[in-house]
Amino acid sequence: MTAQDAAALPVDFELTSRRPSRGYWHESFRDLLLRRRSGQIGLAIVLFMVFIAVAAPVLATHPPNQVLIGKEPGVKRRQPPCIYAVDRLPSLPVINWFRCEAGQPQHYFGTDGNARDLYSRVLYGARVSLRAGLYTVTLAVIVGMLLGLVSGYVGSWVDNAIMRVMDVVLAFPSLILAIAINSALLTVAQDSLLARGLGLMQRGLGFEDIGLLTALLSIALVSTPTYARLVRSQVLSLKEREFVTAARAIGASPGRIVFRAILPNAMAPVIVAATLGIATAILDTAALSFLGLGAQPPTAEWGAMIGAERNQMFTSPHLIFFPALAIVVTVLGFNLLGDGLRDALDPQMKNR
Amino acid sequence: MPRYILQRLLAALPVLFGILLVTFVLARLLPGDPCVAILGEKANEVTCAAFNARYGLDKPIITQFGIYLRDVLTGDLGMSFRYGQPVTRMIAERLAVTVELAFSAMLVAVTFGMFFGIVAAKRQNSFVDVATMVGANLGVSIPVFVLGLFLAYVFAIVLKDTPFALPPSGRLSAGMEVPYLPDKWGLSEGDPLFRVAQFLTNLYFFNAIINLDGKLFWDSFTHMILPAVALGTIPMAIIARITRSSLLEVLNQDYTRTARAKGLTEWVVLMRHALRNALLPVVTIIGLSLGFLLSGAVLTETIFGFSGVGRALFDGITARDYAVIQGFTLVTAIIFLVINLVVDILYGFLDPRIRLT
Repeated sequence: MTAQDAAALPVDFELTSRRPSRGYWHESFRDLLLRRRSGQIGLAIVLFMVFIAVAAPVLATHPPNQVLIGKEPGVKRRQPPCIYAVDRLPSLPVINWFRCEAGQPQHYFGTDGNARDLYSRVLYGARVSLRAGLYTVTLAVIVGMLLGLVSGYVGSWVDNAIMRVMDVVLAFPSLILAIAINSALLTVAQDSLLARGLGLMQRGLGFEDIGLLTALLSIALVSTPTYARLVRSQVLSLKEREFVTAARAIGASPGRIVFRAILPNAMAPVIVAATLGIATAILDTAALSFLGLGAQPPTAEWGAMIGAERNQMFTSPHLIFFPALAIVVTVLGFNLLGDGLRDALDPQMKNR
Repeated sequence: MPRYILQRLLAALPVLFGILLVTFVLARLLPGDPCVAILGEKANEVTCAAFNARYGLDKPIITQFGIYLRDVLTGDLGMSFRYGQPVTRMIAERLAVTVELAFSAMLVAVTFGMFFGIVAAKRQNSFVDVATMVGANLGVSIPVFVLGLFLAYVFAIVLKDTPFALPPSGRLSAGMEVPYLPDKWGLSEGDPLFRVAQFLTNLYFFNAIINLDGKLFWDSFTHMILPAVALGTIPMAIIARITRSSLLEVLNQDYTRTARAKGLTEWVVLMRHALRNALLPVVTIIGLSLGFLLSGAVLTETIFGFSGVGRALFDGITARDYAVIQGFTLVTAIIFLVINLVVDILYGFLDPRIRLT
């Protein structure tokens, strides 16, 4: 008798010293937290970024969009970082970077091209990027999942039609298609019926920036096929399994079979893909904003901040460095978390 | 096998039609009136009517789509409003830039990615392995534009006046002469090979090699290093991971043990037995990465001042240059479609089981 067989028997676990199984999700989460190094680090980074996003108004030293010229004595455009406490520390080159010149006001990350506090802007940027990533993926997953479920379960010409449309979307390099769709949506936002719908979404989601909203929608649209294909392939293999046949045999309705029998079992890879998808969505939002197509000024978005100051890189590298660091850390966090989740959720990958 | 190839080709046809439809619709939805965008202050009712009539913009939308289909099939992609040039010419010249960039990036990605992947798998859990995996995780998390700016900063500013300094923008130094191949080969406009010659002219590596121009080769090579590394890093990280994991799987198989038991050297076991079987997933990833490279090219070309396909598309979209947008999106999508088709067919060759499904 193997250990697995033993666990399946209703024996008193105090006798066997084996922990009782609390179910797949519980076990997987435990596994992620206790045994997966990348998952631990990823989760820590993601929680840290969420904390920054939530606590931005408390942590920030200035309002993110406030131009400080005339409001603060000694402030100039593109001042390097300056922390007064550092002046008392031994002069290491790294610390030296944060030293203040005479009369320079304290700004942890310096000031940007409009004499705004970069530190506060980077903090608020976490709100923009995390929300953009989360909304994009939520939208793409919901639409993709429904398409994949229908496609995989119904099959025949419906499957063919849906998958050909997905093929067309996948036939374009994603960023290029997102750029084109984004531009098209922006027209729609100017003058048509859909404008009202967009305006409604804008208020509902709390985005003051219409460019960010269209960027989000176009990235979601471009990434939908990934989830549709994933769910479809899951459904195709699950459809033939005994428990689905059993559900059908006892007369369950198609809706019940799809949502109660198939979907819960298809969720694990979707969750992994979605976590990694948030990383991609944050990268793509930043890329679009960098090109001037996503977030519009004065929104504090990391990619837009880099795009606006990229010609000043050689004279004021701090304007690129801090937003770039924020992007890399956040994306890394979601990538690590996604990897950890994959290892924890996929039994076949376990113990490798 | 021919049947499998035919099936794949037929499946690509509706996608091709979809691509044509999407490129057409997207270009028509783009913001603003092209007449106003192109003519600027000269735009008024009379000039706009003439402008629309000239470019067929006054006809019903269905007719316009019909005209578009007919033109595409005859190899006519229209005129750029902005540059007054045929779009096919712009594609011939600019596609070369992007192809050279994408191939260089792919070369960087495959060489270093596979090298690190193999080393990491051979020494599983060693320092090299851990460093490679940490590096790979970092590599996929750095946006192309951030890495590009960082490399430009390091190699053009920090390392300025050292032997390691590299140019941060452009494809050639000022004053470099490039042999214009259509003239050299005596081709004139209208010759079927004329566009091909224009394309090859702008493939500087190719151009330098056939003209035995060492200076041109070296100059374009030094200009290509930073963009290629910036664009190639994400695929490199992915290839390193895939190579490592699929090689690890193969190294634990019975036939690898058999090969070792026969007394073969570790090198032969690795190269002849393990790596060959571990390559299938790597080939897939290389195919898939090309789509990413075309996307990333927009960003890389923006940062390093290359006038390639990505840059042309971006400029076309901001200037509402319909013909340019349609032409370039169409060409990138078709290239991508063909690559995927080739990967599919290659897969059928490499793994006979796939052909049957």
